Amino acid sequence: MYQLSGVTKRYRRGKTNVDALRGIDLTIADGDQLVIQGPTGGGKSTLLQMLGALDRPTSGVIEFDGTDLAKLSEARLTKVRSENIGFIFQSFNLIPTLNAQENVETALVPMGVRPADRRARAAAALESVGLGERLTHLPSELSGGQQQRVAIARALVKEPKVLLADEPTGNLDEGTRDDIMALLEGLWRDRGLTFILVTHDSTIAKRAPRLATLRKGTLTVRESSRT
Amino acid sequence: MFFTYLRRELRRRRKAALVVALGLALGIGLVITVDSVSSGMDQAQGKVLKSLYGLGTDMTVTKAAPASGTGSTTRPKFDFDANSSGTSQSSDRVMVQGFQTLSSSVVSTVGKQKDVAGAVGGLNLQVLKINGTFTQGQFQQRQGSSSGGGFPGGGGSSSTPQGEVKGGGAQFDANSYTLYGVDVSDLSMGPLTSSKITSGSTFTAADANAKVMVADSAYAKQNKLKVGSTVTVKGTKYKVIGIATADSGDAAANLYLPLKQAQTLSSSASKITTVYVKASDSQQISTVKSEIQHNISGTTVTTSADLASTVSGSLSTASSLATNVGKWLSIAVLIAAFLVAGLLTSSAVSRRVREFGTLKALGWKSGRVTRQVMGEALVNGLIGGALGIALGLAGAFAVTEISPTLSAQLGSSASTGGGQGGPGGGAPGGFGGGARQAASKTLDVALSAPVSVGTIVLAVGLALGGGLIAGTFGGWRASRLRPADALRRVE
Repeated sequence: MYQLSGVTKRYRRGKTNVDALRGIDLTIADGDQLVIQGPTGGGKSTLLQMLGALDRPTSGVIEFDGTDLAKLSEARLTKVRSENIGFIFQSFNLIPTLNAQENVETALVPMGVRPADRRARAAAALESVGLGERLTHLPSELSGGQQQRVAIARALVKEPKVLLADEPTGNLDEGTRDDIMALLEGLWRDRGLTFILVTHDSTIAKRAPRLATLRKGTLTVRESSRT
Repeated sequence: MFFTYLRRELRRRRKAALVVALGLALGIGLVITVDSVSSGMDQAQGKVLKSLYGLGTDMTVTKAAPASGTGSTTRPKFDFDANSSGTSQSSDRVMVQGFQTLSSSVVSTVGKQKDVAGAVGGLNLQVLKINGTFTQGQFQQRQGSSSGGGFPGGGGSSSTPQGEVKGGGAQFDANSYTLYGVDVSDLSMGPLTSSKITSGSTFTAADANAKVMVADSAYAKQNKLKVGSTVTVKGTKYKVIGIATADSGDAAANLYLPLKQAQTLSSSASKITTVYVKASDSQQISTVKSEIQHNISGTTVTTSADLASTVSGSLSTASSLATNVGKWLSIAVLIAAFLVAGLLTSSAVSRRVREFGTLKALGWKSGRVTRQVMGEALVNGLIGGALGIALGLAGAFAVTEISPTLSAQLGSSASTGGGQGGPGGGAPGGFGGGARQAASKTLDVALSAPVSVGTIVLAVGLALGGGLIAGTFGGWRASRLRPADALRRVE
């Protein structure tokens, strides 16, 4: 699925250069689950954005299904994102004026799905995350856990190959965190998608079949015996 | 999704949307009001000019009267018999007013000229009528001044009788009014076209030699004239066949009569004072003017534009106020409104960076995000346009309701009468006054503010323009957002 070779990302902050990623080499196979852990500012989110075709590396190669994302045009990157990659964010990033069903539909808009199909698929996706009764609720009318479920439904409604989650339980209490993690792991197993998760939470990290740690832009990967 | 998202966003940010819409509304409302008031000014000015010209006339050809004191004008003379005591005596004089006469052939000369669609002649006259009586005084002899006889030179006494004449004198009334000789064969031009026949009928071509008149309604009221009444001028009786009411309230003459009759009364056979000219193409007016001046020397050709430039008074002041201050104020308010709308839209995009970043991360193209922002701004602009149209219509309605009266003064420099003084400038009662009045004319016109379809179309265009400008500001910002940067931003 992913083949990263010598990936670096350098930002300019004021007059100084910051190396967020330093020569990352990483392989992620189809259907893998990878948990990325590390201290704040270690480059986790940057790596996730590279994998999600949201940003390009300063140097190196990021192959996704044999295509180097670093060399794709903005339009092609947009297409890759719309068809293959589902995102889940720490602060849910739902559109506040759209209800749960409409928020899920936003993921299908760029794919050109007809409105009636969009509504049906969005309803089914929300049903699969246990929110079949909350279709017309605005984000402000939902709890944090429910909002994250809407975000998960939005990420999965287009049936992506990859699910990228950036601290998906960071804003949730412990009980809700476990529910969400159980839901995500269940979906990963049932759908056979590639799941890459960034977290600070060591409880989640300990359960991970494959754990990557990013410190000062440098990556170390530990394979777990649980796989 | 586009419309759902748009509607919900506008509802969420209704305060900001209202500020943008109100800003645009203010600018657009001001443009409509100023534009309609300007149209009202034009109409008022048109009315003023029409009162001099009538409809369908592009220019007049006249020949200025000679300056007073040159000796070329003759003062009217009146002969009364002082011995006919107690008998009412009346005498009237009909004189050409304000201009030198031109030969009637000038009409056909001008009419044959290139780019001239038509030409008719007219004759301006003034009538001064003086009537009254002489009363002889009575001779009263002083007591003791005569011993016999009672008659001077009566004989019988060496001394002449002594006494004095008491009583006696003269009581005369001067009455002045204007006459206008109309070419009844062509009534499509000339001053009578600026009046409506409100009673009776107007002239027909068959009236060329008829002793008929049309009276101005104000003059008719003052002199108790109505259709069928008789007016006597220099001993000739004319029957009033119609009453004409001037559109502007100020008629070109008190009485109108067929041109031939006017020429006969004033002993000006085949003479006219004014040629009314219509050009075949409004673009050719200045060319026609030059050619007439070239072909008929010594004449003054006055176009509507020449006349308009002589309008002064509160109408002129208000007109220049509307044209200059009003126009620039509208433009300034519009620019400010557009800028505020643009900045507010741009700032709204800044507050929605994460939202747009998320949509881009989901695969929304920059164009789709930009269209969403543009759509919101356009709807904002249209709301502002609708409010602005309502505001502008209310403003125009208020102006029309208040209907302020403006006075327009047509300067004496205009070649309508020259202001050089009429014949016999020193005659009692301000004989030349009539001519001066015609040259320096003051009219009161009520201002209205008509709103045309063009103005509404302009307002809608401005609303769309405002929306597009605001949308461009916001859309440009939205299109430049990189999803990674947008998501990195902490709100």
